[in-house]
Amino acid sequence: MAQQPKRGAGGKEARESKEPAVGPERKRRVQTEGQFIKCPNRSCSQSLFIKDIEKNFHCCKSCGHHFRVGSRRRVEITIDPGTWVELFDHLESIDPLQFKGKRSYLERIKESQEKTGLRDAVICGEARIEGIPLVFCAMDFQFMGGSMGSVVGEKIARAIEHGTKNGWAVVIVCCSGGARMDEGVLSLMQMAKTSAAIERHNAAGLAYITVLSDPTMAGVSASYAFLADVIIGEPKAMIGFAGARVIEQTIRKKLPEGFQTAEFLLKHGQIDMVVPRSEMRGTLAKILRYATVQRQETPRTAKARSPKPSGSSARAKAEPVPELVGAASGGSAKKSRRR
Amino acid sequence: MATPSPVPQAYLPFEQGLKEIDELIRKLEDWARTNSMDVSEELNGHREKREELLRRIYQNLTAWDRIQVSRHTQRPQTRDYIAHICTDFVELHGDRSFSDDNAIVTGLATVGEHRLMLIGQHKGRDVHERSFCNFGMPQPEGYRKALWKMRLAEKFKIPVLCLIDTKGAAPDLGAEERGQSQAIAYNLQVMSGLKVPILCIVIGEGGSGGALSIGVGDRLLIQENAYFSVISPEGCASILWKDSDRKADAAEALRITAPELKNLGVVDEIIPEPLGGAHRDPKGAAEMLKATIDRCLKELNAKPLDVLLEERYQRLRSMGKYQEAALAAAAGT
Repeated sequence: MAQQPKRGAGGKEARESKEPAVGPERKRRVQTEGQFIKCPNRSCSQSLFIKDIEKNFHCCKSCGHHFRVGSRRRVEITIDPGTWVELFDHLESIDPLQFKGKRSYLERIKESQEKTGLRDAVICGEARIEGIPLVFCAMDFQFMGGSMGSVVGEKIARAIEHGTKNGWAVVIVCCSGGARMDEGVLSLMQMAKTSAAIERHNAAGLAYITVLSDPTMAGVSASYAFLADVIIGEPKAMIGFAGARVIEQTIRKKLPEGFQTAEFLLKHGQIDMVVPRSEMRGTLAKILRYATVQRQETPRTAKARSPKPSGSSARAKAEPVPELVGAASGGSAKKSRRR
Repeated sequence: MATPSPVPQAYLPFEQGLKEIDELIRKLEDWARTNSMDVSEELNGHREKREELLRRIYQNLTAWDRIQVSRHTQRPQTRDYIAHICTDFVELHGDRSFSDDNAIVTGLATVGEHRLMLIGQHKGRDVHERSFCNFGMPQPEGYRKALWKMRLAEKFKIPVLCLIDTKGAAPDLGAEERGQSQAIAYNLQVMSGLKVPILCIVIGEGGSGGALSIGVGDRLLIQENAYFSVISPEGCASILWKDSDRKADAAEALRITAPELKNLGVVDEIIPEPLGGAHRDPKGAAEMLKATIDRCLKELNAKPLDVLLEERYQRLRSMGKYQEAALAAAAGT
């Protein structure tokens, strides 16, 4: 399997300029809409300085409204700086159905690629959170609504298998409208594929955590999003299976206030917790430390390999960073080379 | 010979000319009976003509035509097949935590020589039955009921047979509150590793996640005029063109008919139906279904468990089509 080494997210350049790197979509907004944006929360409507939002985990400073975050930026604000080694970036969508929609599927893919600089709606990689090695995946709503087609399904499945093989936890940040219609039933089957990979990851006794951000719906929510050991929702994120409009049309009743929000799901026992983005990284680390207790105490077991980088030399090549804690304080965001 | 059924046949829009010929045959039969006349020669001529017409129509079905066949009110459903092909059926109810969902029928059943756990979605036919079954749209408790029974099958070491026939999972307030997503997802996961053979057959509508949640197994089969799709053609049309009347175009674009699903590698086998669709000859359809179930279960039962599970995993793992960019090939192994 070939993997492309990618620049360490939140690496040297980002920190030296004291500014977080901005995604292409945000850049454009700065140019066209000026320096300010209005908080979409109607009871707030505050004008916010875009750079302030970015510094504040893409949240409104006055009401805490969570703006959507692109996948690259999500990686930056969640994992240890310099520990990102991207995996499976070479997978690319084709048009298996020769889909006769309004516009050509391949054209739309290309447009999304240009807009986001991504190849598809999810990025996966090796990473560390407070030193704990794991496989991290982040979905991107800017890429065709974060929809899941064959590439997203395959990358998620490979990422989970990569975690299983290495004895690592898997963390997926979900952000998707559901299955990608343009790939028809093949998109649907990705639900089964990813779920099967999770079954094996579970059987190996390895941790799996999902963060459900706005939105996590339909085919994604009814597969890997809701199969995690610990499911964390972001405040006010829309999470559910069927769309609210479809439900309203079916039951011919108005849906209650706050329906399908993370808080609604928490109340109904569907998720474990709602955590503000600013605390996400710390919360993940806390949980992961429980989930990897045994692994860290017994560095070499038959199935799972040591999470510490002192393993065999062949394995050390695959390590994201040479130093465990150094990455958090030092600025040596080394790019690790792969074979 | 397939004669028109005593129940008045509901004709589909594309079956032009059939109704007339069916009526003609019936009148001729009645006339012959009351007048004690032998008109068999003339009758046979008409019957041949009818069969010829039926064959011509059903050889040229469009995707949308097939969907109409799959939704035909007289098409056999799970309970019909239970009546036709199962013996010693013991229906089992309930998810042990909330309620009994009548959109999914579960029970111990014997098909030929196979004792198995049958799990099937049932839509119902008349108004009363339809609302009793929630139109075949399961709630989370339906999926959890299915899961519970699959676990039982695992304990009894009997194979699982799933008959899929649903528009989709229920879009409902209560369903969301009780975790529709989780219920569906968990079935996908457990079925991928269940330690007994699982044979899944789409017998009518295979609507999205609601269908897939009892559709993960060692084989996925489909009847000739059934469909399986990520979204209903109506839903697809209203998203694509903001016009649900373009459902026929959407049906075409989504590639959801049996032959196209086979080409995509999603289904393993197509089970033929009697000429003119399963609804014209439910008994014939049941026999064809039974023969296929019998053969497939024999094949699956013969596999050692580790082989069965590995093949199931690889089958699921192979789903999807994508390309691996060339630049990566240059960068590494």
